[in-house]
Amino acid sequence: MSDISNNHLNIDTDVCVIGAGHAGCEAGLACARLGLDTYIFTVSIDSIALMPCNPNVGGSSKGHLVRELDALGGEMGKNIDKTFIQSKMLNVSKGPAVHSLRAQADKSEYSRSMRRVLEKEERLHVKQAEIVKILVNDGSITGVITNTGTTYHCKAAVIASGTYLKARCLCGESITYTGPSGLQAANSLSASLIENGIRLRRFKTGTPARMEGASLDYSKMEEQFGDERVVPFSFSTDPESVQKEQVSCWLTYTNEETHKIIRANLDRSPIYAGVIEGTGPRYCPSIEDKVVKFAEKERHQVFIEPEGLYTDEMYVGGMSSSLPEDVQLAMYRTVPGLENCRIVRNAYAIEYDCLESGQLKPTLELKAVSGLFSAGQFNGSSGYEEAAAQGLIAGINASMKIFGREPLVLDRSEAYIGVLIDDLVTKDNREPYRMMTSRAEYRLLLRQDNADLRLRGFGHDIGLVSDEVYGKTLQKEKMINEEIQRLKSTILGGDAVTQEFLASHGSALLRTGTSLAELMCRPELSYEELLPLDPGRPDLPSDVIEQVCIQIRYEGYLERQEIQVRQFKKTEKKLIPESIDYDDVPSLRIEARQKLKEFRPVSVGQASRLSGVTPADISVLLVYLEQYNRKTVD
Amino acid sequence: MDNRTIAAISTALSEGGIGIIRISGGESFDIVNRIFRDKAGKASLLSFKTHSIHYGFIYDGDDLIDEVMVSVMKAPNTFTREDIVEINCHGGVLVCRKILELVLDKGAFLAEPGEFTKRAFLNGRIDLSRAEAVMDLISSKNSSALTNSVNMLRGRLYDRIRSLREKVLYEIAFIESALDDPEHISLDGYPEKFSKTVDEIYAEVMRLYDSFDKGRFIKEGINTVIVGKPNVGKSSLMNLLSGHERAIVTEIPGTTRDTIEEQINLGEVSLNLIDTAGIRETDDRVENIGVERARRFLDRSDLVLFTIDTSVPLTEEDRQIASLSAQKKVILVLNKSDREPVVSAEDVRDLIPGDPPVVRVSALEGTGVKKLTSVIREMFLSGNISSESEVYITSIRQASELKAVSESLDMVRKSLEEGLPEDFYSIDLNNAYSGLSRIIGEQVDDDLVNEIFSKFCMGK
Repeated sequence: MSDISNNHLNIDTDVCVIGAGHAGCEAGLACARLGLDTYIFTVSIDSIALMPCNPNVGGSSKGHLVRELDALGGEMGKNIDKTFIQSKMLNVSKGPAVHSLRAQADKSEYSRSMRRVLEKEERLHVKQAEIVKILVNDGSITGVITNTGTTYHCKAAVIASGTYLKARCLCGESITYTGPSGLQAANSLSASLIENGIRLRRFKTGTPARMEGASLDYSKMEEQFGDERVVPFSFSTDPESVQKEQVSCWLTYTNEETHKIIRANLDRSPIYAGVIEGTGPRYCPSIEDKVVKFAEKERHQVFIEPEGLYTDEMYVGGMSSSLPEDVQLAMYRTVPGLENCRIVRNAYAIEYDCLESGQLKPTLELKAVSGLFSAGQFNGSSGYEEAAAQGLIAGINASMKIFGREPLVLDRSEAYIGVLIDDLVTKDNREPYRMMTSRAEYRLLLRQDNADLRLRGFGHDIGLVSDEVYGKTLQKEKMINEEIQRLKSTILGGDAVTQEFLASHGSALLRTGTSLAELMCRPELSYEELLPLDPGRPDLPSDVIEQVCIQIRYEGYLERQEIQVRQFKKTEKKLIPESIDYDDVPSLRIEARQKLKEFRPVSVGQASRLSGVTPADISVLLVYLEQYNRKTVD
Repeated sequence: MDNRTIAAISTALSEGGIGIIRISGGESFDIVNRIFRDKAGKASLLSFKTHSIHYGFIYDGDDLIDEVMVSVMKAPNTFTREDIVEINCHGGVLVCRKILELVLDKGAFLAEPGEFTKRAFLNGRIDLSRAEAVMDLISSKNSSALTNSVNMLRGRLYDRIRSLREKVLYEIAFIESALDDPEHISLDGYPEKFSKTVDEIYAEVMRLYDSFDKGRFIKEGINTVIVGKPNVGKSSLMNLLSGHERAIVTEIPGTTRDTIEEQINLGEVSLNLIDTAGIRETDDRVENIGVERARRFLDRSDLVLFTIDTSVPLTEEDRQIASLSAQKKVILVLNKSDREPVVSAEDVRDLIPGDPPVVRVSALEGTGVKKLTSVIREMFLSGNISSESEVYITSIRQASELKAVSESLDMVRKSLEEGLPEDFYSIDLNNAYSGLSRIIGEQVDDDLVNEIFSKFCMGK
């Protein structure tokens, strides 16, 4: 399917994915698996699914994204299950909504393993090339051009350029014009996007130094072990296959001496000296930011994490910095255990072009160019998991567009992925967007443990989840419901055995018939402990029991959250007619009118989340719509 | 939206006083230009400065109707955010009506009740709680009701709710930040501190909620039933109250065909006496027992005036009435105190638990009303009701939102008691926050629109 005209190669394909990071890999795999001929372009074939920053996947709320991605048919969960070297369920002392899985990856193995997955995928081709131009005809994407002049004609494209567009790295006074880890930057695509009416901006992010492991004194740090029983990320991974030997991480702390050195050298930090124009993330702050913003804190946590089994290099979590090399070394050496550290790679900040994400539809298609989608850090997010989640959705929707099928748009009550994308497309994000638990209003329903129950159906409808896999989820759902019903309808009376059991567990004796479900709600009793009173109990898998316990124990909270969701859906379903002329709506404030005209939200719910639109504007809009609808009915 | 220019007489119609005709809308100036002339015999309202007042005359053709002052207020800094003209006239009811007819004749439409307020709301001039206050103002019946409406209009309710809402938000934000950044924000010892804060917020919500009754009593009067066995002097108490020199008695048709309600305005306190017809008739009909009356009307009453004749011994019937009234606010009214008592105040007090107040009246001598009024005031409007700083909730919408807010806070307390992890507080805290937001219009949902449409009777 290629021909040569004007001495240049022309190749026909269905989808072009620009970038082979976490977003690009998911996007490309989704398109190819849905049956489309797909090319993934990367400036370096050795940087597929690269982890240029932290060596882990998951963590608070990010773990949720990975599980949701897995339930929909994405790859990240499976890949980390194959390549992790330590795994931990975080926040187990808190409620089930905030439990979150985090695994340390062997970075190199993670990258290589993903590369093998891409290579094995029929219809998916990886090409080392920089994309310098997009071709747009009549408002629709028609192809992309590489730096060597080859044109790939396509029906849809996904930009997943990460931090590579016009990237520059800063380490104190030293500036290099490269992408992460010294990889080649992509300096041409920005101009082509701007030419097509797409607005870009500058964001920055940073990464800490890597140390020679042999130069560190671990006896001065606290050892951090993985969980004894590892829970896999992917719902498809056999739990037994992930029970293996794990490596440790280490915890140490900064101190006043560290902070003194940082404060004394702030003027040499490009951010504080005003050299960096991009806006950095508030939630993944550099050590300089932490010292300035939490001035009263005497110490900050520092996690020493292995980069992989193939190397002795250690990642210094919590101390990203753009200070000059000499200050970095002095600063790191004040930390207990790091007194004699030798730096393998310096910490640096990276600045790059990315999209003003309000230009996206909730499908991740650009409003300005039909068939052009985007995902990941290019959309102004930060983090591997955020990128992968968007990549999958962009890939799915690019495919749906080509097939002429309904796009997949998850709402805020359905998935963290829905929250992530809704925030990106409606809110005025002025810094790299990081997923956080607090952003999900309905998080008690959006737990990591039930991502399969929530989302497998969507993945199956799309075509990324097989009948067999989906059937297993349905079967699980059935077992859960039956067991809950059984526990609710199994009533115990006040017989001697029961009363004796309760007395021995310090639990109040029964006065009237009480169900097993009610007994499970008593803090001193659990499903496991009630076994002697429950001879008819079936043998159930542990993930089924987990769901049963959560749904019974927190029933009241779950119900109240569901009421909130119904309220939310009401305004989501209150659609704004496409023909609306906001100039006809009296009394909207000027700022709100501009925002509404610019974003053209599909529903009142979406309108209410736009930055610059106040509740007063929404009430005006609601009243207008009510009158508008009454007129239309006539 | 509605572009008609509307007009109405915006003061109560009374003989002799000043009346104001208010006109609002795009054609206000044109319309008034057609009927108003200044001393020089000409006028163009448009040339007047905004928020200025002008002396002149209203003409119907060549006929002089009245000598007036005309206020000119230009959009958007007006109550409705539209051009407004107000004609202050002197000639009493007939002249007021005549001028309104003229204005309507020249192109204005008669405003529906509350339509100025509706426009103010629709045009973003006031939020819903203020719009409600204006509706109250229009229909306020006594002096304290007027003060409350004015306070609410100034935004006192708004400010109080807002500050509560901020407190709730602070806690939500704190918990969320701690979940997101456990390294820097610690929840150690937080539940204890938080528990106190929730109690404080809860108490304040309940104070506001309880003021709903107070607000309703001020606005609408206290539903009062007089009970007692036959011939204890219910009708003479009734007559005593309605015949009191300060009382103004209005007859209102009752909600059922055989009852008549009367509103008795005792200065700051208004009583809605239930079934006054019943009282007047029953005293003559021995077979109609007091227990039956008590049972029928207790449900609807806020106040029970339990009348007892101290000159005859207490009977089983007194005790039955007492037990029926026990759940209500009761005042024991000892009648016929001019006669030799055979029943002591202590005997009577024992009838009803909770030490209800006892007031002696003598219908015959016309004494005790003043005392009764002050007891009622103490009971229902405790605190200084004429104080301008007090705010009362007067709308059912606000009250039911506050009730829901208090229930959500209760759920939070339950989570605390059961020792659930902090992230569980958020669901109910968020519900409380939404409820508070809805009261002051900082959060709007679909239900609100329906309410606006029903409240303001908006057509198509």
